[in-house]
Amino acid sequence: MAAGSEASALDASSIDTFPRLLVHHARTRADAPAMREKDMGIWQSWSWSAVADEVAALACGLAELGFKRGDRLAIIGDNRPRLYWSMCAAQILGGVPVPLYQDAVAQEMVFVLLDADIRIAIVEDQEQVDKLLEVREQCPQLQHILYDDPRGLRHYTQPFIHGMDEVLAMGRIHNANQPDFVVEEIARGRADDVSIMLYTSGTTGKPKGVCQTHAAFIAAARGGMAVDHLAADGDILSYLPMAWVGDHLFSYAQALVAGFTVNCPESAETVMIDMREIGPSYYFAPPRVFENLLTQVMIRMEDAGRIKRSMFHAFMAVAKRCGAELLDGRPVSGADRLLYALGNFFVYGPLRNVLGMSRIRVAYTAGAAIGPDLFKFYRSIGINLKQFYGQTETCAYVCLQPDRQIKYDSVGKPAPGVEINIADNGEILVKGPMLLKEYYKRPDATAESINADGYFMTGDAGFLDDDGHLKIIDRAKDVGKLAGGAMFAPNYIENKLKFFPHIKEAVCFGHDRDMVCAFINIDMGAVGNWAERRGLAYSGYTDLAGKPEVYELIEKCVEEVNAELGRDAMVADTQVHRFLVLHKELDPDDDELTRTRKVRRGFVAEKYAVLIEALYGGKPSQFIETEVKFEDGRKGKVAADLVIRDVKTFAQGAA
Amino acid sequence: MARQIGGVILDLKNISLRFGGVKALTDISFDVREHEIRAIIGPNGAGKSSMLNVINGVYRPQEGEIIFRGEHRRDMDTHAAAEAGIARTFQNIALFKGMTVLDNLMAGRNLKMKANFLQHAFWWGPAKREELAHRRKVEEVIDFLDIEHIRKTPVGRLPYGLQKRVELGRALAAEPQILLLDEPMAGMNVEEKQDMCRFILDVNDQLGTTIVLIEHDMGVVMDISDRVVVLDYGKKIGDGVPDEVKSNPEVIAAYLGTQH
Repeated sequence: MAAGSEASALDASSIDTFPRLLVHHARTRADAPAMREKDMGIWQSWSWSAVADEVAALACGLAELGFKRGDRLAIIGDNRPRLYWSMCAAQILGGVPVPLYQDAVAQEMVFVLLDADIRIAIVEDQEQVDKLLEVREQCPQLQHILYDDPRGLRHYTQPFIHGMDEVLAMGRIHNANQPDFVVEEIARGRADDVSIMLYTSGTTGKPKGVCQTHAAFIAAARGGMAVDHLAADGDILSYLPMAWVGDHLFSYAQALVAGFTVNCPESAETVMIDMREIGPSYYFAPPRVFENLLTQVMIRMEDAGRIKRSMFHAFMAVAKRCGAELLDGRPVSGADRLLYALGNFFVYGPLRNVLGMSRIRVAYTAGAAIGPDLFKFYRSIGINLKQFYGQTETCAYVCLQPDRQIKYDSVGKPAPGVEINIADNGEILVKGPMLLKEYYKRPDATAESINADGYFMTGDAGFLDDDGHLKIIDRAKDVGKLAGGAMFAPNYIENKLKFFPHIKEAVCFGHDRDMVCAFINIDMGAVGNWAERRGLAYSGYTDLAGKPEVYELIEKCVEEVNAELGRDAMVADTQVHRFLVLHKELDPDDDELTRTRKVRRGFVAEKYAVLIEALYGGKPSQFIETEVKFEDGRKGKVAADLVIRDVKTFAQGAA
Repeated sequence: MARQIGGVILDLKNISLRFGGVKALTDISFDVREHEIRAIIGPNGAGKSSMLNVINGVYRPQEGEIIFRGEHRRDMDTHAAAEAGIARTFQNIALFKGMTVLDNLMAGRNLKMKANFLQHAFWWGPAKREELAHRRKVEEVIDFLDIEHIRKTPVGRLPYGLQKRVELGRALAAEPQILLLDEPMAGMNVEEKQDMCRFILDVNDQLGTTIVLIEHDMGVVMDISDRVVVLDYGKKIGDGVPDEVKSNPEVIAAYLGTQH
């Protein structure tokens, strides 16, 4: 791609828009790999110059379709190279990419499509095209649908549906005829233009479009790079939804700023295999993924032979004792160092390899609190797993744990350029270059979220400890009080419950009540395996969840949590007194979880009000029938008679 | 649908098959047209699988004639059938359980490999080029059936529904003109059946493959077939488009029970 000569004179650290960063890499590191994708079983790669060519052609193609400065472009699909390129192509034209969650059902997409006035949508495949066709009547402004993968779309003859190949071909001709067009468009871009709109997951109310500028995301990316010394020779595996702020920061903003390679897995099911093949140096996953990985490892270890199993447990004990200390550079005895080295050779190294984490320099987790044991497990086997804290509104950039200053229960220190303030009610307030420009078309919400001093109100409750590390307690609005006056932080208890591999999800109630009660979702994989091992027959989730043996198993977990809570004066009163195992898994399709899989507490409480009543009414069981939505939009019903169990609680300090 | 049903590709005339005194098939005639989905239904022991076995040469009928692509034959021969582009799947899965999905699919291309034994042994020259080309074809099948995630998994470790899909893949790897499916949906749950239907329709539509299938799920058969032939005690008792067959009193009495 030809570009103005002035760009080359600039050094990378002063480049202020994403298209200019792309031009910079294409010029200075033309042949370095920018992106890879596994297709037909083989990793295909594109150099920076190849990516720049594709993006320029795509921008021209979009311009031919009538995409103009300020327009918004919907992007729906799994992490595909061309979908990432679409973001940059839209930005070249001064437009705003709007990625949507690809697993949302069609009706959920309507709100965003209308709110963002989407005229052109770029989607991955037939599945997404079908969804858009389904809601086309409701979205009259939608003029063009572009698809990446042509499979199954041969018979779609509607004139407004185009293959990307077709649009790229059109764009290439345009680019050849008017070689200055792209250069001029890039030159018109400004750092404070909105570069992306990410919709908040909507734990409360309707989703809001968060408008972020080039300047904000570039500042967040540079800050993160400085803390972690990210370099151009890295690899990241991009498999989390493109509509999620974390993926945009890591796979788009930082990849363009630092210039490392973005790797797209073959499909959602192959992520584990692809990860082993790529061996990323930089990895990001929400706690849930780390939890699933650990559960899988543990299940497989239980199936392993006796010698392997005892070796695993022996060396894991060593790692637990000194692994994290070694990673933090704290003093460790010579004997332990020797044992750890042996363990590294026999167990940790192979385990890291199985997990695809052999080459990891930095791994991050965020999005929810991570259980301390889980967190420590990864660190103890030599993976530099760290936490960060941030929201969509702050480009996922507020706090980062600096290397060697890891506290398990904190999210680290304020990142470079970020100021943190704690309000009187404990709410965390932040200020810095990464703050949102506005909520799209919602000046009221924008005004509400930023206080008079220019601080963004995060809605999370927390405090800064003596070393300046930020600790998060809960969502500010979720922190309640028991009828007796004790502080009740439901998330805190739920996280403790969820750390057991058999418990997938937990919802605790207790605000204004005299005791804490809980809903539990069992983990189908772990409990299913456990049941098979015992020859316990079951027909499905509902059946398994209702088995008395499973109740016994869960009761033990709850009891352990109670014992732990009992040891701490702050939370001793919030031990779980009664619980039940839900007859269905909480599911985003039924609106019980957000697309990022956080529990929508209020909705769940309302939907299952009858169960809560039974919990507090002292009933031994309760019948319930619930409507469920399947992935294809069909509906069905699940009914069960749920047993309610009382659990042993512990007097403070007794356990 | 853009797919055009063509002329008769396979014509079976007066086929009779006996095992000693047992008459498996008696004087059966029907034809299969190019690009169509042709179902064979009937109660257990009606002779459905025997019919498929006659088509791809496992059994040699005592009487009758098979006309395949205008060529008259007394009977088929398994090897000739496979070379002529007839592939099949089996009622009870016929895969190499200890081998990976990928290797099973590669085995499906066995007939198309031309390099000799020594070349293969040393993976040299033509053998290497050939294997890469075949691997490409196999990857297309993997992509088509969405089984990327189990490419390197031994077939024996897979759940039943997926094994069925892999078996379809093994048959597809041979790039057949006619695909014989013996109860492709037996023992599957609703979701797996839906997937399998989708794949069968896609194979038929996108690859233009002619399909002959045996299936007991009448909902599925009536939904996806172009024409249905009904057997009972080795005799043909009905033949036609699904609606005709559904309202045929003899078929209702012998097999369907009630009107579906």
